[in-house]
Amino acid sequence: MQNDLFTYTLHLADNNLLMGHRLSEWTGHGPMLEQDIAISNIALDLIGQSRNFYQYAATLRKDSATEDSLAYLRDTREFKNLLIAEIPNGDWAKTIMKLFLFSTWQFYLFQQLINSSDKQLAEIAEKSLKEVTYHVRWSSEWVIRLGDGTEESNKRIKAALEEVWPFTGEMFLPTEYEKSLLNTHVSVNVSDIRNSWNSKVKLVLEEATLEYPENKNTWMNTGGKNGVHTEHLGYMLAEMQFLQRAYPGCEW
Amino acid sequence: MIMEKLKENITTDSIWNLMEDIYDPEIPVLSIIDLGIIRDVQIDNDNIEVFITPTYSGCPAMDVISLNIRMSLLQNGFTNIKITQQLSPAWTTDWMTPQGKEKLKAYGIAPPVEKSFDQKYLEELKVECPLCHSKNTKVISQFGSTACKALYQCNDCLEPFDYFKCH
Repeated sequence: MQNDLFTYTLHLADNNLLMGHRLSEWTGHGPMLEQDIAISNIALDLIGQSRNFYQYAATLRKDSATEDSLAYLRDTREFKNLLIAEIPNGDWAKTIMKLFLFSTWQFYLFQQLINSSDKQLAEIAEKSLKEVTYHVRWSSEWVIRLGDGTEESNKRIKAALEEVWPFTGEMFLPTEYEKSLLNTHVSVNVSDIRNSWNSKVKLVLEEATLEYPENKNTWMNTGGKNGVHTEHLGYMLAEMQFLQRAYPGCEW
Repeated sequence: MIMEKLKENITTDSIWNLMEDIYDPEIPVLSIIDLGIIRDVQIDNDNIEVFITPTYSGCPAMDVISLNIRMSLLQNGFTNIKITQQLSPAWTTDWMTPQGKEKLKAYGIAPPVEKSFDQKYLEELKVECPLCHSKNTKVISQFGSTACKALYQCNDCLEPFDYFKCH
Protein backbone atom coordinates (compact mmCIF):
# COMPACT_ATOMS: atom_id res chain seq x y z
CA MET A 1 0.00 0.00 0.00
CA GLN A 2 2.74 2.42 1.02
CA ASN A 3 4.74 1.21 -1.93
CA ASP A 4 1.82 1.76 -4.30
CA LEU A 5 1.38 5.27 -2.99
CA PHE A 6 5.06 5.92 -3.60
CA THR A 7 4.85 4.59 -7.16
CA TYR A 8 1.66 6.53 -7.86
CA THR A 9 3.23 9.75 -6.60
CA LEU A 10 6.25 9.08 -8.79
CA HIS A 11 3.98 8.53 -11.78
CA LEU A 12 2.45 11.97 -11.20
CA ALA A 13 5.84 13.57 -10.60
CA ASP A 14 7.49 11.94 -13.63
CA ASN A 15 4.70 13.07 -15.98
CA ASN A 16 5.32 16.63 -14.94
CA LEU A 17 9.09 16.53 -14.91
CA LEU A 18 9.42 15.02 -18.39
CA MET A 19 6.74 17.12 -20.04
CA GLY A 20 8.24 20.19 -18.35
CA HIS A 21 11.74 19.26 -19.47
CA ARG A 22 10.60 18.71 -23.05
CA LEU A 23 8.85 22.09 -23.14
CA SER A 24 11.93 23.78 -21.73
CA GLU A 25 13.83 22.64 -24.83
CA TRP A 26 11.94 25.44 -26.59
CA THR A 27 13.38 28.12 -24.32
CA GLY A 28 15.28 30.48 -26.58
CA HIS A 29 13.88 28.76 -29.68
CA GLY A 30 10.19 29.74 -29.61
CA PRO A 31 8.63 31.03 -32.84
CA MET A 32 8.27 34.50 -31.31
CA LEU A 33 9.28 36.09 -28.04
CA GLU A 34 5.86 36.00 -26.34
CA GLN A 35 5.37 32.34 -27.15
CA ASP A 36 8.89 31.48 -26.10
CA ILE A 37 8.08 33.07 -22.74
CA ALA A 38 4.72 31.33 -22.55
CA ILE A 39 6.05 27.85 -23.18
CA SER A 40 8.94 28.40 -20.77
CA ASN A 41 6.46 29.55 -18.12
CA ILE A 42 4.40 26.41 -18.64
CA ALA A 43 7.57 24.33 -18.35
CA LEU A 44 8.32 26.11 -15.08
CA ASP A 45 4.83 25.39 -13.72
CA LEU A 46 5.14 21.71 -14.60
CA ILE A 47 8.58 21.33 -13.09
CA GLY A 48 7.42 23.20 -9.97
CA GLN A 49 4.51 20.79 -9.64
CA SER A 50 6.83 17.84 -10.11
CA ARG A 51 8.96 19.13 -7.23
CA ASN A 52 5.92 19.08 -4.97
CA PHE A 53 5.20 15.49 -5.94
CA TYR A 54 8.85 14.40 -5.60
CA GLN A 55 9.22 16.05 -2.21
CA TYR A 56 6.18 14.16 -1.05
CA ALA A 57 7.39 10.89 -2.60
CA ALA A 58 10.71 11.30 -0.76
CA THR A 59 8.89 11.49 2.58
CA LEU A 60 7.22 8.14 1.84
CA ARG A 61 10.60 6.41 1.82
CA LYS A 62 12.53 5.25 4.82
CA ASP A 63 15.81 5.68 2.94
CA SER A 64 17.70 8.86 2.16
CA ALA A 65 15.69 9.69 -0.99
CA THR A 66 15.31 13.37 -1.80
CA GLU A 67 13.49 15.19 -4.58
CA ASP A 68 16.83 15.46 -6.37
CA SER A 69 17.80 11.82 -6.07
CA LEU A 70 14.38 10.81 -7.38
CA ALA A 71 14.65 13.10 -10.39
CA TYR A 72 18.32 12.66 -11.19
CA LEU A 73 19.40 9.23 -10.04
CA ARG A 74 16.77 6.84 -11.30
CA ASP A 75 17.02 4.90 -14.56
CA THR A 76 14.47 4.60 -17.33
CA ARG A 77 12.71 1.51 -15.97
CA GLU A 78 12.04 3.31 -12.71
CA PHE A 79 10.29 6.20 -14.44
CA LYS A 80 6.50 5.82 -14.47
CA ASN A 81 5.47 8.66 -16.75
CA LEU A 82 3.05 8.52 -19.66
CA LEU A 83 4.87 8.04 -22.96
CA ILE A 84 3.33 11.24 -24.30
CA ALA A 85 5.49 13.18 -21.82
CA GLU A 86 8.77 11.80 -23.17
CA ILE A 87 8.34 11.67 -26.95
CA PRO A 88 10.35 14.32 -28.80
CA ASN A 89 8.91 17.78 -29.45
CA GLY A 90 9.02 17.66 -33.24
CA ASP A 91 7.83 20.94 -34.70
CA TRP A 92 5.76 23.59 -32.92
CA ALA A 93 2.51 21.90 -33.98
CA LYS A 94 3.50 18.57 -32.47
CA THR A 95 4.63 20.20 -29.23
CA ILE A 96 1.32 22.06 -29.02
CA MET A 97 -0.69 18.91 -29.73
CA LYS A 98 1.19 16.94 -27.07
CA LEU A 99 0.66 19.68 -24.53
CA PHE A 100 -3.01 20.11 -25.40
CA LEU A 101 -3.89 16.41 -25.09
CA PHE A 102 -1.77 16.03 -21.95
CA SER A 103 -2.95 19.21 -20.18
CA THR A 104 -6.58 18.40 -20.86
CA TRP A 105 -6.00 14.99 -19.27
CA GLN A 106 -4.23 16.60 -16.32
CA PHE A 107 -7.07 19.05 -15.90
CA TYR A 108 -9.67 16.29 -15.39
CA LEU A 109 -7.25 14.18 -13.37
CA PHE A 110 -6.48 16.97 -10.89
CA GLN A 111 -10.14 17.89 -10.69
CA GLN A 112 -10.68 14.41 -9.24
CA LEU A 113 -7.44 14.19 -7.29
CA ILE A 114 -8.55 17.19 -5.23
CA ASN A 115 -10.94 14.74 -3.53
CA SER A 116 -8.21 12.19 -2.80
CA SER A 117 -8.20 10.79 0.72
CA ASP A 118 -4.47 11.45 0.67
CA LYS A 119 -4.25 14.99 1.97
CA GLN A 120 -0.92 15.86 0.39
CA LEU A 121 -1.87 14.64 -3.09
CA ALA A 122 -5.15 16.55 -2.80
CA GLU A 123 -3.31 19.74 -1.87
CA ILE A 124 -0.81 19.47 -4.71
CA ALA A 125 -3.70 18.84 -7.12
CA GLU A 126 -5.55 21.89 -5.83
CA LYS A 127 -2.50 24.06 -6.38
CA SER A 128 -1.67 22.57 -9.78
CA LEU A 129 -5.19 22.73 -11.18
CA LYS A 130 -5.11 26.52 -11.31
CA GLU A 131 -1.95 26.44 -13.38
CA VAL A 132 -3.12 23.62 -15.63
CA THR A 133 -6.28 25.61 -16.44
CA TYR A 134 -4.03 28.20 -18.09
CA HIS A 135 -2.12 25.48 -19.95
CA VAL A 136 -5.35 24.04 -21.38
CA ARG A 137 -6.50 27.47 -22.54
CA TRP A 138 -3.21 28.39 -24.12
CA SER A 139 -2.70 25.09 -25.94
CA SER A 140 -6.38 24.97 -27.08
CA GLU A 141 -6.02 28.42 -28.59
CA TRP A 142 -2.93 27.26 -30.47
CA VAL A 143 -4.57 24.09 -31.77
CA ILE A 144 -7.42 26.23 -33.12
CA ARG A 145 -5.08 28.85 -34.54
CA LEU A 146 -3.01 26.26 -36.39
CA GLY A 147 -5.91 24.09 -37.51
CA ASP A 148 -8.00 26.98 -38.73
CA GLY A 149 -4.99 28.91 -40.01
CA THR A 150 -3.07 28.60 -43.23
CA GLU A 151 -2.80 25.57 -45.47
CA GLU A 152 0.65 24.89 -44.09
CA SER A 153 -0.31 25.22 -40.42
CA ASN A 154 -3.35 23.00 -40.98
CA LYS A 155 -1.15 20.36 -42.61
CA ARG A 156 1.28 20.47 -39.69
CA ILE A 157 -1.26 20.22 -36.89
CA LYS A 158 -3.10 17.44 -38.73
CA ALA A 159 0.14 15.47 -38.98
CA ALA A 160 0.80 16.21 -35.31
CA LEU A 161 -2.58 14.82 -34.30
CA GLU A 162 -1.93 11.63 -36.22
CA GLU A 163 1.47 11.26 -34.65
CA VAL A 164 0.50 12.00 -31.04
CA TRP A 165 -2.92 10.33 -30.90
CA PRO A 166 -1.51 6.77 -30.50
CA PHE A 167 0.00 7.92 -27.20
CA THR A 168 -3.32 8.90 -25.62
CA GLY A 169 -4.79 5.46 -24.90
CA GLU A 170 -2.47 4.87 -21.98
CA MET A 171 -3.89 7.88 -20.13
CA PHE A 172 -7.07 5.99 -19.34
CA LEU A 173 -5.68 2.53 -18.57
CA PRO A 174 -5.23 2.11 -14.83
CA THR A 175 -2.14 0.25 -13.65
CA GLU A 176 -2.06 -2.20 -10.75
CA TYR A 177 -0.78 0.47 -8.38
CA GLU A 178 -3.59 2.82 -9.34
CA LYS A 179 -6.19 0.09 -8.93
CA SER A 180 -4.91 -0.91 -5.52
CA LEU A 181 -5.22 2.70 -4.32
CA LEU A 182 -8.80 3.03 -5.54
CA ASN A 183 -10.38 1.25 -2.57
CA THR A 184 -8.97 3.78 -0.15
CA HIS A 185 -9.91 6.67 -2.50
CA VAL A 186 -6.30 7.75 -2.88
CA SER A 187 -5.97 7.50 -6.65
CA VAL A 188 -8.20 8.69 -9.45
CA ASN A 189 -9.95 6.11 -11.60
CA VAL A 190 -8.56 7.28 -14.91
CA SER A 191 -11.10 5.34 -16.95
CA ASP A 192 -13.75 7.66 -15.42
CA ILE A 193 -12.24 10.82 -16.86
CA ARG A 194 -12.15 9.55 -20.42
CA ASN A 195 -15.57 10.93 -21.38
CA SER A 196 -14.85 14.44 -20.13
CA TRP A 197 -11.52 14.37 -21.92
CA ASN A 198 -13.13 13.13 -25.15
CA SER A 199 -15.76 15.87 -25.15
CA LYS A 200 -13.30 18.66 -24.49
CA VAL A 201 -10.82 17.41 -27.10
CA LYS A 202 -13.58 16.95 -29.64
CA LEU A 203 -14.84 20.48 -29.09
CA VAL A 204 -11.43 22.04 -29.65
CA LEU A 205 -10.60 19.86 -32.65
CA GLU A 206 -13.91 20.75 -34.28
CA GLU A 207 -13.24 24.43 -33.81
CA ALA A 208 -9.81 23.84 -35.31
CA THR A 209 -11.49 22.18 -38.34
CA LEU A 210 -9.72 18.92 -37.50
CA GLU A 211 -11.31 15.51 -37.62
CA TYR A 212 -11.66 13.76 -34.28
CA PRO A 213 -10.00 10.36 -34.68
CA GLU A 214 -12.50 8.42 -32.56
CA ASN A 215 -13.55 5.77 -35.07
CA LYS A 216 -10.16 4.89 -36.36
CA ASN A 217 -9.49 2.21 -33.77
CA THR A 218 -5.87 3.29 -33.56
CA TRP A 219 -3.31 0.94 -32.05
CA MET A 220 -2.17 2.58 -28.82
CA ASN A 221 1.35 2.66 -27.36
CA THR A 222 1.39 1.71 -23.70
CA GLY A 223 3.90 0.82 -21.02
CA GLY A 224 5.24 4.10 -19.70
CA LYS A 225 3.24 3.94 -16.49
CA ASN A 226 4.82 0.58 -15.75
CA GLY A 227 8.34 1.64 -16.63
CA VAL A 228 8.47 0.35 -20.21
CA HIS A 229 9.48 3.32 -22.31
CA THR A 230 10.31 4.49 -25.80
CA GLU A 231 13.98 4.80 -26.72
CA HIS A 232 13.66 8.56 -26.35
CA LEU A 233 13.58 8.54 -22.55
CA GLY A 234 17.11 7.16 -22.32
CA TYR A 235 18.53 10.01 -24.38
CA MET A 236 16.56 12.49 -22.39
CA LEU A 237 17.76 11.19 -19.03
CA ALA A 238 21.33 11.00 -20.28
CA GLU A 239 21.23 14.73 -20.86
CA MET A 240 19.10 15.67 -17.87
CA GLN A 241 20.98 13.55 -15.35
CA PHE A 242 24.50 14.03 -16.67
CA LEU A 243 25.62 16.55 -14.08
CA GLN A 244 24.42 14.65 -11.01
CA ARG A 245 25.86 11.40 -12.38
CA ALA A 246 29.22 12.92 -13.21
CA TYR A 247 29.48 15.12 -10.12
CA PRO A 248 27.38 13.44 -7.42
CA GLY A 249 25.83 15.88 -4.98
CA CYS A 250 26.88 18.90 -7.02
CA GLU A 251 25.13 22.13 -6.06
CA TRP A 252 25.46 25.74 -7.12
CA MET B 1 22.70 38.94 26.38
CA ILE B 2 21.21 41.38 23.95
CA MET B 3 19.83 38.49 21.97
CA GLU B 4 18.24 37.02 25.09
CA LYS B 5 16.60 40.33 25.84
CA LEU B 6 15.35 40.71 22.33
CA LYS B 7 13.74 37.33 22.31
CA GLU B 8 11.82 37.91 25.52
CA ASN B 9 9.89 40.65 23.84
CA ILE B 10 9.20 38.74 20.68
CA THR B 11 5.58 38.13 19.96
CA THR B 12 4.00 36.77 16.84
CA ASP B 13 2.96 40.34 16.07
CA SER B 14 6.52 41.52 15.99
CA ILE B 15 7.44 38.64 13.68
CA TRP B 16 4.69 39.74 11.33
CA ASN B 17 6.16 43.25 11.43
CA LEU B 18 9.56 41.84 10.60
CA MET B 19 8.09 40.20 7.48
CA GLU B 20 6.98 43.56 6.17
CA ASP B 21 10.62 44.28 5.41
CA ILE B 22 11.10 41.17 3.31
CA TYR B 23 10.43 41.82 -0.34
CA ASP B 24 9.62 39.72 -3.35
CA PRO B 25 12.95 39.54 -5.23
CA GLU B 26 11.20 39.72 -8.60
CA ILE B 27 8.71 42.46 -7.76
CA PRO B 28 10.75 44.47 -5.27
CA VAL B 29 7.94 46.88 -4.37
CA LEU B 30 5.89 44.12 -2.76
CA SER B 31 6.61 42.76 0.69
CA ILE B 32 5.72 39.17 1.39
CA ILE B 33 2.91 40.50 3.59
CA ASP B 34 1.54 42.51 0.64
CA LEU B 35 1.65 39.34 -1.42
CA GLY B 36 -0.30 37.43 1.20
CA ILE B 37 1.97 34.40 1.18
CA ILE B 38 2.63 34.20 4.93
CA ARG B 39 -0.09 31.95 6.34
CA ASP B 40 0.92 31.61 9.96
CA VAL B 41 3.66 32.22 12.50
CA GLN B 42 4.03 30.02 15.57
CA ILE B 43 6.42 30.58 18.43
CA ASP B 44 7.16 27.97 21.04
CA ASN B 45 9.98 29.01 23.39
CA ASP B 46 13.06 29.00 21.21
CA ASN B 47 11.37 27.50 18.21
CA ILE B 48 9.73 29.47 15.50
CA GLU B 49 7.80 28.10 12.58
CA VAL B 50 6.70 30.18 9.61
CA PHE B 51 4.14 28.82 7.16
CA ILE B 52 4.44 30.13 3.63
CA THR B 53 2.41 29.31 0.56
CA PRO B 54 3.78 29.53 -2.98
CA THR B 55 2.13 31.85 -5.48
CA TYR B 56 2.90 29.45 -8.35
CA SER B 57 4.30 25.93 -8.03
CA GLY B 58 7.40 26.75 -10.03
CA CYS B 59 8.00 30.25 -8.69
CA PRO B 60 11.79 30.52 -8.29
CA ALA B 61 11.34 33.47 -5.93
CA MET B 62 10.05 31.13 -3.22
CA ASP B 63 13.49 29.72 -2.44
CA VAL B 64 14.94 33.20 -2.15
CA ILE B 65 12.04 34.34 0.01
CA SER B 66 12.49 31.38 2.38
CA LEU B 67 16.17 32.18 2.63
CA ASN B 68 15.45 35.84 3.38
CA ILE B 69 12.95 34.94 6.09
CA ARG B 70 15.56 32.69 7.67
CA MET B 71 18.21 35.43 7.51
CA SER B 72 15.91 37.98 9.04
CA LEU B 73 14.97 35.68 11.90
CA LEU B 74 18.61 34.73 12.50
CA GLN B 75 19.53 38.39 12.71
CA ASN B 76 16.84 38.77 15.33
CA GLY B 77 18.22 36.07 17.53
CA PHE B 78 16.29 33.01 16.47
CA THR B 79 18.20 29.85 15.78
CA ASN B 80 15.57 27.13 15.70
CA ILE B 81 13.75 28.19 12.60
CA LYS B 82 11.44 26.05 10.56
CA ILE B 83 9.89 27.25 7.33
CA THR B 84 7.04 25.08 6.20
CA GLN B 85 5.45 25.16 2.80
CA GLN B 86 1.69 25.07 3.02
CA LEU B 87 -0.11 24.28 -0.22
CA SER B 88 -3.71 24.35 0.91
CA PRO B 89 -5.77 26.45 0.68
CA ALA B 90 -4.01 27.38 -2.54
CA TRP B 91 -2.83 30.96 -2.78
CA THR B 92 -5.11 33.32 -4.62
CA THR B 93 -4.56 36.89 -5.73
CA ASP B 94 -7.46 37.80 -3.40
CA TRP B 95 -4.97 37.47 -0.55
CA MET B 96 -2.90 40.34 -1.86
CA THR B 97 -3.45 43.37 0.38
CA PRO B 98 -5.12 46.54 -0.98
CA GLN B 99 -1.86 48.41 -0.24
CA GLY B 100 -0.02 45.77 -2.24
CA LYS B 101 -2.31 46.35 -5.20
CA GLU B 102 -1.72 50.11 -5.01
CA LYS B 103 2.04 49.61 -4.85
CA LEU B 104 1.93 47.36 -7.90
CA LYS B 105 0.00 49.92 -9.89
CA ALA B 106 2.40 52.71 -8.96
CA TYR B 107 5.23 50.41 -10.08
CA GLY B 108 3.66 50.02 -13.54
CA ILE B 109 2.17 46.54 -13.12
CA ALA B 110 -1.61 46.30 -13.39
CA PRO B 111 -2.88 44.67 -10.17
CA PRO B 112 -5.19 41.63 -10.29
CA VAL B 113 -8.76 42.69 -10.94
CA GLU B 114 -11.31 41.91 -8.25
CA LYS B 115 -12.06 38.30 -7.39
CA SER B 116 -10.00 35.47 -8.67
CA PHE B 117 -10.62 32.65 -10.91
CA ASP B 118 -13.22 31.40 -13.26
CA GLN B 119 -13.18 30.79 -16.95
CA LYS B 120 -15.92 33.22 -17.92
CA TYR B 121 -14.44 35.93 -15.79
CA LEU B 122 -11.07 35.53 -17.48
CA GLU B 123 -12.65 35.98 -20.88
CA GLU B 124 -14.57 39.13 -19.98
CA LEU B 125 -11.75 40.65 -18.02
CA LYS B 126 -11.09 44.37 -18.44
CA VAL B 127 -7.64 45.33 -17.29
CA GLU B 128 -6.78 48.97 -16.68
CA CYS B 129 -3.59 50.35 -18.18
CA PRO B 130 -1.37 51.34 -15.22
CA LEU B 131 0.05 54.24 -17.24
CA CYS B 132 -2.89 56.08 -18.82
CA HIS B 133 -5.71 54.29 -16.92
CA SER B 134 -7.60 53.39 -20.08
CA LYS B 135 -9.60 50.19 -19.92
CA ASN B 136 -9.25 49.76 -23.66
CA THR B 137 -6.51 47.15 -23.43
CA LYS B 138 -5.80 43.78 -24.96
CA VAL B 139 -4.05 40.63 -23.86
CA ILE B 140 -0.85 39.85 -25.76
CA SER B 141 -0.06 36.67 -23.87
CA GLN B 142 -1.40 34.92 -20.77
CA PHE B 143 2.22 34.35 -19.79
CA GLY B 144 4.55 37.23 -18.99
CA SER B 145 7.96 37.97 -17.54
CA THR B 146 7.29 35.82 -14.47
CA ALA B 147 4.90 32.97 -13.72
CA CYS B 148 2.47 35.32 -11.97
CA LYS B 149 2.09 37.85 -14.78
CA ALA B 150 0.37 38.16 -18.15
CA LEU B 151 1.38 40.50 -20.93
CA TYR B 152 -1.06 43.24 -22.01
CA GLN B 153 -1.02 46.21 -24.29
CA CYS B 154 -2.99 49.44 -24.05
CA ASN B 155 -4.94 50.26 -27.23
CA ASP B 156 -4.93 53.98 -26.37
CA CYS B 157 -1.42 54.84 -25.25
CA LEU B 158 -0.05 51.73 -27.02
CA GLU B 159 2.28 50.89 -24.12
CA PRO B 160 2.75 47.21 -23.35
CA PHE B 161 2.49 46.39 -19.65
CA ASP B 162 2.55 43.51 -17.19
CA TYR B 163 -0.64 42.39 -15.52
CA PHE B 164 -0.49 40.43 -12.27
CA LYS B 165 -2.93 37.75 -13.28
CA CYS B 166 -5.80 36.50 -11.20
CA HIS B 167 -5.22 33.15 -9.71
